[in-house]
Amino acid sequence: MAEMSTRDWLLSDLPTSRRQAKLGQTYRTWLLLRQNRLAMLGLGIVALLIVMAIFADVIAPFDPYAGGDLRTERLLPPSWTHLMGTDDLARDIFSRIVYGSRVTLLVVAMVAIIATPIGLAVGTTAGYFGGWVDTVLMRITDIFLAFPRLILALAFVAALGPGIENAVIAIAITSWPPYARLARAETLTIRNTDYIAAIRLQGARSPRIIWGHVVPLCMSSVIVRVTLDMAGIILTAAGLGFLGLGAQPPQPEWGAMIASGRRFIIDFWWVATMPGIAIFVVSLGFNLLGDGLRDVLDPKGEK
Amino acid sequence: MKHVPRLLAAAAMTAVIALPFAPAQAETPADTLIQAWTIDDVITLDPAEVFEFTASEVLGNSYQPLVGYDVNDVSDIFGVIAEKWEISEDGKTFTFTIRRDMQFASGNPITAEDAVFSLTRAIKLDKSPAFILTQFGFSADNVDDMIRQTGDMTFEFEMDKPYAPTLVLYCLTATIGFIVDKELVMANEANGDFGYDWLKTNYAGSGAFTIRDWRANELIVLERNPNFSGEAPAMARAIYRHIPEGATQRLLLEQGDIDIARNLGAEEITALADSEDVKIESGVKGSIYYMGLNQKNEYLAKPEVRQAMKYLVDYATIADTIMKGKVQVHQAFLPKGFLGALEDTPFALNVEKAKELLAEAGLPEGFSVTMDVRNTPEITAISEVIQQTMAEAGIQMELIPGDGQQTLTKYRARNHDIYIGRWGPDYQDPHTNADTFARNPDNADDAASKPLAWRNAWDIPEMTAKADAAVLEKDTATRADMYIALQEEHQQVSPFVIMFQEIEVFGMRKDVNGFIIGPSFNDNSFRAVTKDR
Amino acid sequence: MSTTNPENAGGRWGALPYLGMKTGKLVLTVGVTFLGLLFVTFLIGRVVPVDPVLAAVGDRASQSTYDAAYIELGLDKPLYHQFWIYLSNALTGDLGNSLLTKKPIIEDIARVFPATLELATAGIILGTLFGVPLGVLSAVKQGKLADQIVRVVGLVGYSAPIFWLGLLGLLVFYAKLGWVAGPGRIDIAYEYSVTQVTGLLLIDTAMQGQWDAFANVLAHLALPAGLLGYFSMAYISRMTRSFMLAELAQEYIITARVKGVAEWRIIWVHALRNAAVPLVTVIALSYAGLLEGSVLTETVFAWPGLGQYLTNSLQNADMNAVLGGTLVIGVIFVGLNLLSDLLYTVLDPRVRRR
Repeated sequence: MAEMSTRDWLLSDLPTSRRQAKLGQTYRTWLLLRQNRLAMLGLGIVALLIVMAIFADVIAPFDPYAGGDLRTERLLPPSWTHLMGTDDLARDIFSRIVYGSRVTLLVVAMVAIIATPIGLAVGTTAGYFGGWVDTVLMRITDIFLAFPRLILALAFVAALGPGIENAVIAIAITSWPPYARLARAETLTIRNTDYIAAIRLQGARSPRIIWGHVVPLCMSSVIVRVTLDMAGIILTAAGLGFLGLGAQPPQPEWGAMIASGRRFIIDFWWVATMPGIAIFVVSLGFNLLGDGLRDVLDPKGEK
Repeated sequence: MKHVPRLLAAAAMTAVIALPFAPAQAETPADTLIQAWTIDDVITLDPAEVFEFTASEVLGNSYQPLVGYDVNDVSDIFGVIAEKWEISEDGKTFTFTIRRDMQFASGNPITAEDAVFSLTRAIKLDKSPAFILTQFGFSADNVDDMIRQTGDMTFEFEMDKPYAPTLVLYCLTATIGFIVDKELVMANEANGDFGYDWLKTNYAGSGAFTIRDWRANELIVLERNPNFSGEAPAMARAIYRHIPEGATQRLLLEQGDIDIARNLGAEEITALADSEDVKIESGVKGSIYYMGLNQKNEYLAKPEVRQAMKYLVDYATIADTIMKGKVQVHQAFLPKGFLGALEDTPFALNVEKAKELLAEAGLPEGFSVTMDVRNTPEITAISEVIQQTMAEAGIQMELIPGDGQQTLTKYRARNHDIYIGRWGPDYQDPHTNADTFARNPDNADDAASKPLAWRNAWDIPEMTAKADAAVLEKDTATRADMYIALQEEHQQVSPFVIMFQEIEVFGMRKDVNGFIIGPSFNDNSFRAVTKDR
Repeated sequence: MSTTNPENAGGRWGALPYLGMKTGKLVLTVGVTFLGLLFVTFLIGRVVPVDPVLAAVGDRASQSTYDAAYIELGLDKPLYHQFWIYLSNALTGDLGNSLLTKKPIIEDIARVFPATLELATAGIILGTLFGVPLGVLSAVKQGKLADQIVRVVGLVGYSAPIFWLGLLGLLVFYAKLGWVAGPGRIDIAYEYSVTQVTGLLLIDTAMQGQWDAFANVLAHLALPAGLLGYFSMAYISRMTRSFMLAELAQEYIITARVKGVAEWRIIWVHALRNAAVPLVTVIALSYAGLLEGSVLTETVFAWPGLGQYLTNSLQNADMNAVLGGTLVIGVIFVGLNLLSDLLYTVLDPRVRRR
């Protein structure tokens, strides 16, 4: 047995490098996760969403913005030509939902990209320095936590004006506090380790220590937490869209599509129902995946 | 563990108990008229300040003006609280005589003192609609001299110029001309505010109904006025319930929970057309849907571009589909039903023609432009359709949605490219729209008045003079001709793409009869409504 | 709040002095938080791209009217001065007047709040009634089919947009089946005959003996409360499950089993009683969460509560009302967190760290 399979290398009890240990850890997590059928279903949904977003122009049979003939093609029920029917401007709902996946994914990604660094920066700084820095930063965090998320996002959007970019900013502003608390808690456990003390003795400056050594250690748990929050982000964005404060027409955002379809719900149920199903399926996917991840990473507690 | 299912069953039972209160087919009380309407724009009930559609209608049913007009033929003007009036030789002074033996709901008699008080009060308070009266040369300083009581039942109304009599009389039919009960209002005065704080939420009129209660965004309740001088209404009570959604209103109407639904969309109207319990009634309103093209934009300032855009709206299709039953195509600034209204519709969707015009303007490839859109479902839908037809000629239109106040703030600052919106006339005279669409006395950025022509930076000294001349024309027929000529020119050259005139639609239970739908909102009357069950 | 996590709460001292210190510290925290809330709302209010004067006087007001309103709103003063005015007014309960209703915000909120309270309370009752037993079931049958079903039902609750479920619910149960009453709190016909005393219509109608109106209110409440109940059930059942799992693994449970105590007694008496302590805080928190859910639910059901007031003000750029509403919800949120924290300390003076 001269050659070791990748699998054996990953599962080796005696990793020879830090990278091997880390990859091995990830692989074990993956193996555990794979046994969870619901989590796999969730992963499948998320993968499908990503594929749909990337190949939207190939998948969608019609233009998501330009409608057909208003006199003959409005509010058609689902058929083989229009899988999910058409809306009040004679646009193909299926095509709009396919393109809408881009909006959804964009929102989720942007919120994660904006909120994670803020949370990490605030949390690690507070945790590392302690004292009054900690008090001030955490007080600010608490103030943001004191508002229910959707409501604070509403107030921000009101101030910034409706639109998808502003909705992203508003959601990001309201999402970072939990990450900051998590990062702070992690930092507190790391701060006094010998490892950090050694680096400090070598004369490294605080920003460097935080950025180079503390942040990477907090990163993984924060990222997991962000993943768990994604369903919530999708629902908040859809809620804003529904209230007319998120993505604006003619953008095919699912929440806004429900809002515009709600006028027709009695006679033309599909207009509001289809995008609702899309939101539901995607957010269920993220939730299932997140749930599975949580089980694997933290088998004891649930929160 | 047997207990688990048992507990679950108990919990399920509790829930089931909560459910089966299924409402039977409801019926509204026989002596109460219940309407569902979006009434969140009501901010006051004071005639000196009311300017909103909904509040106007409420006041129209609860107050009385000096003069009124026949809703079927607005040229027939008659006295209501005024018995008669005379115009002086020089055309500058009206002398009104008040009808005898009329009283307010409070029981106080109506005299010339109340009329003078109501008009001077509105001018001194100087709220939003005050210009309807102050345009005749009144101000807080001079009004006591210009509007003067000359006897118990007579008063004089002196203006700075000999305005067209129809203009003056039509302005007095607006809600700001409604007569309030001086004794009652002054009894509630505080700090010299002419009872302003009190009247915001209270009532001091003489109409067929009294306003009993107003809860913002919830409901308005009116009750029969026992002291009303005319025939007593059949309804003892009329309730407006705030229901923001057309679809919801339709459900309530079908279930019989309300008598009238006021905000039905095109789809609801179509769906209700075959209903056995519901009928659809409608009336043409004065509101106009238009696009304003800002002349500060280099592309839109070109006459050919303005003209091209008028050929890039699919008027007929919009009116037949997404706005079916809610609008009719109309392309001049005076709505149908007004003196001198122009009903020609020279423009229709014609992409080829528009492309030619754009080529003439030196823009054969089109251009990019933004449009500010108020985010109501209807304006949004119209905009999206226009966006598509514009694109066919190469005009890339980006829609910028915002709520009403945001788009308006931007529009008034002249920071828009294109603004799409709705304009409702302030009173029944043609000057109301000519004043805003065809007059721009000062095009400077810091101008005192901001008519629509100013907002679109359209500098028109000559047209302004023409509009001013029409105001002073005494002969009604000549005056009508002047407005028609003005509109014919305006239609071709103006930066306004006027598209539709609004039709107000009522979904009513079949048993409701006698609702009068007038041309302006304060003409909508349920005084004669009966329920024939 | 530093106390949103029930796991974090707990103390090292005996119940009473600890409670005293804790209260003192919390009051301070709440004070600072409140100041921050005010500052955030003030800031938001100043950057809105809406001309507040225009919103107040309307589009067609004359220049003189406009100028008068500008000064009346205090907009001619420097920013810090404006904040000071805002702050001192807010501390005396004056959040300004609503542009829409022309009434003090506080009055408006007091008027609409009972509707939200009634809805959220009904929701939390339903949520607890179903959530706790389902959570217990799920914990007891851990890994079995019943557990999976409960978890999936909960996840569905987490994943569906509440406004969408509300719309479908209205379509099916009101428009098509006619099982429940439609949007609004009460039929319009009754609305005028019920005198609002507490503002909670179930209580008002019951006190006035108007039983048909009472039934009507219940019919209106069933669907939105059921929905909110479902959402809080999802959370409560999940938390119950995890608390129960933790308790069932404790030694005293094993001891009890060894002693031969009946299994149902172990679960429903011993374990649940201990799990109930953190559960109370969870329920208080999810009660606060329902406030948030109410914004969307009320929009769908035309429910004249705080949520609808807020969205309505938002759409009309009535910033005073928006910020006032946000502030009040923030304060309630903080208050509920505080309450749950104190409850936790009172119920469970033991040192508890997991």
